Amino acid sequence: MKLVADNLACERGGRNVFTGLDFAVEAGGLLLLRGPNGAGKTSLLRLIAGFAEPAAGTVKLEGGHADLTLGQHCHLVQHQDAVKSALTVEENLSFWAGFLGGGDIEAAVAALALDRLRTTSAAYLSAGQRRRLSLSRLALVPRPVWLLDEPSVGLDAASLERLKGLIRDQLAGGGLVVASTHVEIGVPATAEIDLGAIGRQAA
Amino acid sequence: MTVLAALVRRDLTLALRQGTGAGTALGFFLTVLVLIPLGIGPDQALLQRIAPGALWIALLLSVLLSSDRIFQADFEDGSLELMTMGPAAMEIVVTMKGLAHWLTTGLPLAIAAPLLGFLLNLDAALIGPLVLAMGLGSVALSLLASLGAAVTVGIRRGGLLVSLIILPLYVPVVIFGVAASSGIGGVNIAGPSLMILAAIALVALVTVPFAAAAALRAYMH
Repeated sequence: MKLVADNLACERGGRNVFTGLDFAVEAGGLLLLRGPNGAGKTSLLRLIAGFAEPAAGTVKLEGGHADLTLGQHCHLVQHQDAVKSALTVEENLSFWAGFLGGGDIEAAVAALALDRLRTTSAAYLSAGQRRRLSLSRLALVPRPVWLLDEPSVGLDAASLERLKGLIRDQLAGGGLVVASTHVEIGVPATAEIDLGAIGRQAA
Repeated sequence: MTVLAALVRRDLTLALRQGTGAGTALGFFLTVLVLIPLGIGPDQALLQRIAPGALWIALLLSVLLSSDRIFQADFEDGSLELMTMGPAAMEIVVTMKGLAHWLTTGLPLAIAAPLLGFLLNLDAALIGPLVLAMGLGSVALSLLASLGAAVTVGIRRGGLLVSLIILPLYVPVVIFGVAASSGIGGVNIAGPSLMILAAIALVALVTVPFAAAAALRAYMH
C-alpha cells in the first residue's frame, strides 16, 4: 500500500496554498507536515480525505480496496471533534462503531484510558478529554490511512504517550500515517514536508 | 443494515435529549391549533369547515420548525464530514436523517392530528382520511425539509431561509393533502388525491437524497 501525490496543487479562496507537491508514503511510513499557520497542512489533509478537489495533480492510494474511495480508507482527526454532547462517551463510540461498519469499543476505551468516563455525558468532558474521545476512533475501527491534524493539541503527557503508542502500532501493522504538527510527537518520521517552504516558492 | 440503524438510533436519541423530539413538535402543533379558534371566534360551523386546512398548515409549520437542525449540528461539529468517510453513501445518510426527522415530527403529528382536531370541531368522518393523508404527506414534507436544510447548512440562522425555499415546494402537498382529507368536492376526490400524495412522497424519496447530498458535498468543499 502506498499513498502517492503527483504534482498536487491546492487553491483556497482564489489563492494558491501550495503547488507542485509530490510525495509518496509507503505502508508503515509516517509523513509529517510542517509549516506555519495557513501553510496548507489542514488543506492537504482534507484534500486527501476527499473534502476538496485538487486544483491540479492527483493523490491516490495504490494497493487499496478498488471499491472504496480514498476517504473510506482513512481516519481523519481534526479540530472539529465530531463528539455529540448529548450522548455519553460510550454512546458516541458505539454510534461510530455501528456507522463505520462494526468496531471494537473495548479497544477504543482502553487505547485512550476512557474507562472511568464511559458513562459520562460528553457535555461534561474537558477539551483534552474530548480530544481523547475523538482520537479513540483510531482504535475503534482499523483503517489503513490515518490523517491527523495537530493530534497532540490539548493532550496531557500520559495521553500523548498513548497516542504515540497508537501511531507506532499503526505503522508496525503496515498502516500509514500523515500528521501535521508543530511539536515533536516522538515517533521517527519517514518523511517530512515543509509546506511553508513550498508555499513561499509558489508565491 | 447496522450502519443505517446506528444512524437512525443516534438521531432519535439526540432528538429526544436535545428537545427537538416529538414532544416539542407536538407542543408547537397544539399551540398553533389553540390560536386558530381564538383568532377566528367560536363559530362552530366555520371552524368545522376550515379544520382540515388549519391542521395541514399547522403540520407544515411544525415540520419546518425543526428542519434547520437536520444537518446543521452534524455539519458544525465535523460529524457529517466523517460520515462521508463511512461505508454508507451520502445519499443513504440523507435518507436516514430524513426518516429520523419524520419519525420525530411527521408521524407523531399525523397520529395526534385527529385528537387535536376536536379543538376545531373536526368532522369525525374525516379522521381516517386525515390521518392517512397526513402520514403520507408528512413523508414528503420531512424529505423536502431535509433538502432545504442541506441547501442552507453552512448559513448561520438559516431557519428563515429554509422556510422561504421550502414552503413553495410544500404547495402540492397541501393541495392534495387537503383534497384527500377535507371531504369537500362534488365527486369523491379523496382516493385519487391520496394516490397523488403517495406519488409525491415517492418522487421526493427518489430525488431529494441526491439533491441534498450534492448540496452537502458542495458545502464541505
